[in-house]
Amino acid sequence: MGTVQPTTPSQTVGPFFALPGALPWSDGPLVVPEGTPGAIRISGRVFDGDGAPVPDALIETWQADPDGRFSHPDDPRGPSIPRQATADAADRVAGNGAGRGAGSAGSAAGRDADPAAGGAGAAGWALGHGPGFRGLGRCPTDTDGRYWFLTLKPGPVPAPGNGLQAPHIDVSVLARGMLNRVVTRIYFPDETTTNEHDPVLSTIDEPGQRATLVAVAEDGGLRFDIHLQGSDETVFFDV
Amino acid sequence: MPDATDLRLPYYPPDHGSHPEPGFAGYHSTRLRTPHRPLRPLPQGLTEVTGPVFGHDRVGELDADLTRQHAGEPLGERIVLHGRILDGNGRPVPDTLVELWQANAAGRYRHEGDQHDAPLDPNFDGGGRCVTDSQGNYRFITIKPGAYPWRNHSNAWRPAHIHFSLFGQAFTQRLVTQMYFPGDPLFGQDPIFNSVRDEAARQRMICDFDLGSTVPEWALGYRFDIVLRGPQAAVFEDEEH
Ligand SMILES: [Fe+3]
Repeated sequence: MGTVQPTTPSQTVGPFFALPGALPWSDGPLVVPEGTPGAIRISGRVFDGDGAPVPDALIETWQADPDGRFSHPDDPRGPSIPRQATADAADRVAGNGAGRGAGSAGSAAGRDADPAAGGAGAAGWALGHGPGFRGLGRCPTDTDGRYWFLTLKPGPVPAPGNGLQAPHIDVSVLARGMLNRVVTRIYFPDETTTNEHDPVLSTIDEPGQRATLVAVAEDGGLRFDIHLQGSDETVFFDV
Repeated sequence: MPDATDLRLPYYPPDHGSHPEPGFAGYHSTRLRTPHRPLRPLPQGLTEVTGPVFGHDRVGELDADLTRQHAGEPLGERIVLHGRILDGNGRPVPDTLVELWQANAAGRYRHEGDQHDAPLDPNFDGGGRCVTDSQGNYRFITIKPGAYPWRNHSNAWRPAHIHFSLFGQAFTQRLVTQMYFPGDPLFGQDPIFNSVRDEAARQRMICDFDLGSTVPEWALGYRFDIVLRGPQAAVFEDEEH
């Protein structure tokens, strides 16, 4: 059975996605709220084929929770933290939902006051966040090509053949000059054994290429640089 | 609780023929930003067939009206822009986040990187969002953006366009695209539009004028349906795709 309708084509995200009220969310890098016990900071830089930082990329992440589960209908196990509880808490804590609607009506002046909003961490739209785990992260790169996330390490995820995939984070890279998003994965440096048996990592024979997918422990967090081209080009996937 | 062997996962077949040629030479910024090595296949597992589920409480009523974000109204031709988000099986994609951003009526973005010598509009930012209803419908009120020059080649102008960002319901469905307006004389010289090599696919980026959604004495209507990849029937995860 195939699909019956061809898809709408991809186009570049362009250089201006960070205008106020557009793609950057003020809480975008927070897959979990600041102060969450066990949270890890993952950061890195995006480089072009000349080794120059890419200051206008948008990095997005999607990952399982610490038990390797997803809050999604296609994961029948469900999330380890019920999503409804998370959403309710988000409304109470972050003042989103109905509160945000009221805020919008009264906040035009506030946004006028900050016309330069946009870019990583700038004031702007909040996606809405409570004390729970969101799975999704979004961060535009800054002038040094740097992005960051605060998250919890995902658990291993079931793999075809009743195996397990090593803990991983799926990453989308979008930028001016890229007509299609590209996809890569972040693996964890403290998972040597599970990484070795991971059904995706283990198919990459060249150690240097495999290494581009494993984050590096640094300054109490993890570093994951993305090279769009060049001798240390990151491994990208066709998903 | 079902264990991993009970998982039935959908499969989202790719539609490479509809998408741009990645390093399309006419768009010069691709040169240093398009990976050189062939992409590696990534089997679609749980991480790829799941994605964020958005509640309607995440966006406010006014987020979809770009003409009411400031004290006054923006200049320009007011439009109602609506449509459906569908998957490749023709099924609506409900409860999914739709984000858009655009230049103002003069062709200028409210972004420090935009050096076009055209006026900013104090009453227009250019960003908006909504979540689709149970039938996959979305609806925005905005103004028609202007064309703008860029430095890709001599006397280069982008056709008027609105940028869209879609999540769908799975990581595989993620799409960022641009919507164009019917009959734009700038199509022929725009390498971003023409990076999509398939003529029929290019037409799918152009909205339709829609008299039915026009609001008399107030705004013109345009319709733009967006088709994301569709899932095939669920298969046991240990079956080969
Ligand atoms: Fe644009």
